[in-house]
Amino acid sequence: MKGRTSTRLMIFLGFGYAFLYIPIIILIVYSFNASKLVTVWGGFSTQWYGKLLEDQGILDAFWNSLQIAFFTACFATMLGTISGYVMARFGRFRGHSAFASTITAPLVMPEVITGLASLLLFVSLERAIGWPEGRGKLTIWIIHVVFATAFAAIIISSRLRDMDLSIEEAALDLGAPPLKVFFVIVLPIIAPALLSSWLLSFTLSMDDLVITSFVAGPGSTTLPMKVFSAARLGVSPKINAIGSIIVAGASFFVLISALVSFKMEKKRKKEAEQAFEAA
Amino acid sequence: MNKSGLVRFYPFDEIALFTTMTKEKQKISANADNSKPYIEIKNISKSFDNFVAVNGINLEIKEGEIFALLGSSGCGKSTLLRMLAGLETPTTGEIIIDGRDMASIPPFKRPINMMFQSYALFPHMTVEQNVAFGLKQDRVPRNQIKEKVMETLKLVEMEAYTKRKSHQLSGGQRQRVALARILVKSPKLLLLDEPMAALDKKLRGQMQIELVNILEDVGVTCIMVTHDQEEAMTMASRIAVMDQGNIIQIGPPSEVYEFPNSRFSAEFIGTVNLFDGKIKEDRPDQVMIKANDLDADILIDHGVTGTLGMKVSVAVRPEKIIVTREQPDSKYNWTQGTVEEIVYLGGFSTYYVKLDSGKQVVATQANLNRTIHERPSWDEKIYLSWLPVSGVMLIK
Amino acid sequence: MVIAIPLIWMVLFFLIPFAIVLKISFAEMVIAIPPFSALWEYSEGVLNIKLSMDNYLFLLTDDLYIRAYAKSLKLAFISMSLCLLIGYPMAYAIARSGPSIRNILLLGVILPSWTSFLIRIYAWIGILKNNGLINNLLLWLGIIDQPLIMLNTDIAVYIGIVYAYLPFMILPLYTNLVKHDYTLLEAAYDLGAKPWKSFVFITIPLSLPGIIAGAMLVFIPAVGEFVIPELLGGSETLMIGKVLWQEFFNNRDWPVASAVAMVMLLFLALPLAVFHHYQSEEAL
Repeated sequence: MKGRTSTRLMIFLGFGYAFLYIPIIILIVYSFNASKLVTVWGGFSTQWYGKLLEDQGILDAFWNSLQIAFFTACFATMLGTISGYVMARFGRFRGHSAFASTITAPLVMPEVITGLASLLLFVSLERAIGWPEGRGKLTIWIIHVVFATAFAAIIISSRLRDMDLSIEEAALDLGAPPLKVFFVIVLPIIAPALLSSWLLSFTLSMDDLVITSFVAGPGSTTLPMKVFSAARLGVSPKINAIGSIIVAGASFFVLISALVSFKMEKKRKKEAEQAFEAA
Repeated sequence: MNKSGLVRFYPFDEIALFTTMTKEKQKISANADNSKPYIEIKNISKSFDNFVAVNGINLEIKEGEIFALLGSSGCGKSTLLRMLAGLETPTTGEIIIDGRDMASIPPFKRPINMMFQSYALFPHMTVEQNVAFGLKQDRVPRNQIKEKVMETLKLVEMEAYTKRKSHQLSGGQRQRVALARILVKSPKLLLLDEPMAALDKKLRGQMQIELVNILEDVGVTCIMVTHDQEEAMTMASRIAVMDQGNIIQIGPPSEVYEFPNSRFSAEFIGTVNLFDGKIKEDRPDQVMIKANDLDADILIDHGVTGTLGMKVSVAVRPEKIIVTREQPDSKYNWTQGTVEEIVYLGGFSTYYVKLDSGKQVVATQANLNRTIHERPSWDEKIYLSWLPVSGVMLIK
Repeated sequence: MVIAIPLIWMVLFFLIPFAIVLKISFAEMVIAIPPFSALWEYSEGVLNIKLSMDNYLFLLTDDLYIRAYAKSLKLAFISMSLCLLIGYPMAYAIARSGPSIRNILLLGVILPSWTSFLIRIYAWIGILKNNGLINNLLLWLGIIDQPLIMLNTDIAVYIGIVYAYLPFMILPLYTNLVKHDYTLLEAAYDLGAKPWKSFVFITIPLSLPGIIAGAMLVFIPAVGEFVIPELLGGSETLMIGKVLWQEFFNNRDWPVASAVAMVMLLFLALPLAVFHHYQSEEAL
């Protein structure tokens, strides 16, 4: 009885995966379509990828996105680690849930609201103190850090909750002051979570459209903004091409980090087994 | 089992646990010289919101002593230990170590080191790095570190495992590394938090004795926390029984076992029979008690006194009770009952005897007779008796 | 203390903006830079505060907005339910698999959500178009002789939202289901309960925190969605996110846009509170 249910479930799961992946696969396949009509196959061709390299607008937008994403990832990981540590370790201070709610609020908030609010903030600031002057990469970066930190904080705090608190106490007990404990003991142990946070923040920043549109300025067009304005006009194989590159790039990041943590886990298991047999 | 001397057994486990009296004598006599307390815990309390975890504890520990805080979970023993380590701040009271007040000193500056229940080895460091960590914080020169680390690892017999990481070690090995990590710093006080809790039963007995040997060799003062009375009795030279933030009784294991000062202590350690009654007669050095459940009165002939009519309990340990088929000659300290249950354990048997009043009494006897017919059997009517010196009168 | 840094960052760049949105929603639109009136004037020792309720009245009276709010809530709710119906069995199947396969299966679900949101929505345009993939296939197979109108309809928006947010439903569900103690179910079988009964009376109640977390993770952002209705929806797919965008970028009416945002927040206040409550509970 259980076996039959499992098979039915697995088939359903298979259909689920098909639903998730087929549209992406179609997108990639048709990026190699020689014909301009996206949905009629006209032969295999890589011309659209070549056309991308000639499009200065897209290249500039890509470079903007990369810069913003890199600095977002670095800063958000830092702030997220501090927040995550506070949320996980100082669970009992007054205002704890207020702190946690504030840090994680951007997680679910609709982007149009966050985007509008952010823009109005910058405008008001500019009127009040003259900074920031206009909108551009700086304002985009600031807001990206805001919502990426929320994600990083969740990842780091959940990793810390799984970690044995005694390890930090033992380090204190052996003579290391708190700051040293954080850098020499805690950070190395949560290093994989730090990597995940960095990669996630990078991806979120690279992909953001709505909030970025609100706070962008002249000369700070990002790749998603470029793709969106093109997509509004209709489908085009060039968009398929850039889309395929983006999807492939992001997947590459994800798979690498998954592979690394998988290999580390395997090594750890093997060594633990060896110890078991030896004992 | 190992060291010779008087063999005593504590029949509170189905499997007899053997330890030595001489060892205990040694521990006590060695410390008799140091009269000044090395560690003073003065009126220490800790409250969390409205909950009082530790309630005005006073303790004095001598140098080189192995002291156990014994109690069930929630009694405050772990909180007390953490306050000694500096991981919790006392609400009131002082902690003085070798004359120095620890109040303003953070945990990383105290001459105290703790072994955690989970051992808390640093997973990203090798055994050698783990043990060296504490010395590095003290800025000991590198060559000295290496020497001390190897010396301490030899002491715990882990010198072959320097390059391993904690997930490559078994539970017992991890314990040794955790021990080496704290011993290498030659602390003034060593704290052990449930040291045997993470080991499986087979390993525990062996490790208890080994650990004590290492601690005594090094001569370090040690306070350990445990809920396991066997562990406390085996390892410590003095025990403090704790309940709900208070110390109920302090003393060497034999004293706490043989002369409990309260029902709590009597019941917590080992098995005990408690007979309720009233004082009938009070003579110098003797008290006679009319017990509710017994056929004869109880006579206690050592150091007790009380007022007539006072309600008391008398504690008699199972191994002190003699089981016979014939009525004993004495006028006091006996009763009749029916054998309800017998647990045969090879070396001795435990009899669960039901008295006429309905009360159940536990008696343990060595199986001096080899055949089953010479021993009492189920549903047999037998007599239980004990010596006047065996009963302990309890008021609390 | 160092704790203050992320807090300051968030207060400055997240909380204060909302206060500003609130403020602007009481302003009037003017042709100026920035395009809204000042709320207070201080002249000759007198502070004049002018709060205009016009924007909110406008929202209440013009039925476009009411319809947009209603539609957004409806679309978000139905999409959330669809995600739950599809996502629960998937999460259950993954949680029940062997430990080694589990991680790979989970990665398979998460991977699409880490690639570009925009691109994934765009991919559906080519599939749902009148001369898109599905129609071409069905026409070629002879099943239909007129293309089905799928793009620029509500149906396309449903497909888009479910497609985009499905992983966000599966992940919290999985996290919850994988912690279930299956000996509970075995005990139930042993006591005579039929499998479906155990599922309904044991598994589902235990997975409630996961269901709620997943539901909120889909519902709340879906209410304010812009990209999906813009690319896949039609002119009658009135969603409030799109309305806000148009007020802001097309009409340059910042005050009305702000009012729209505040009302949206009002609707979302309850789901947001529910989400944070379950989030902090799970965390404990």
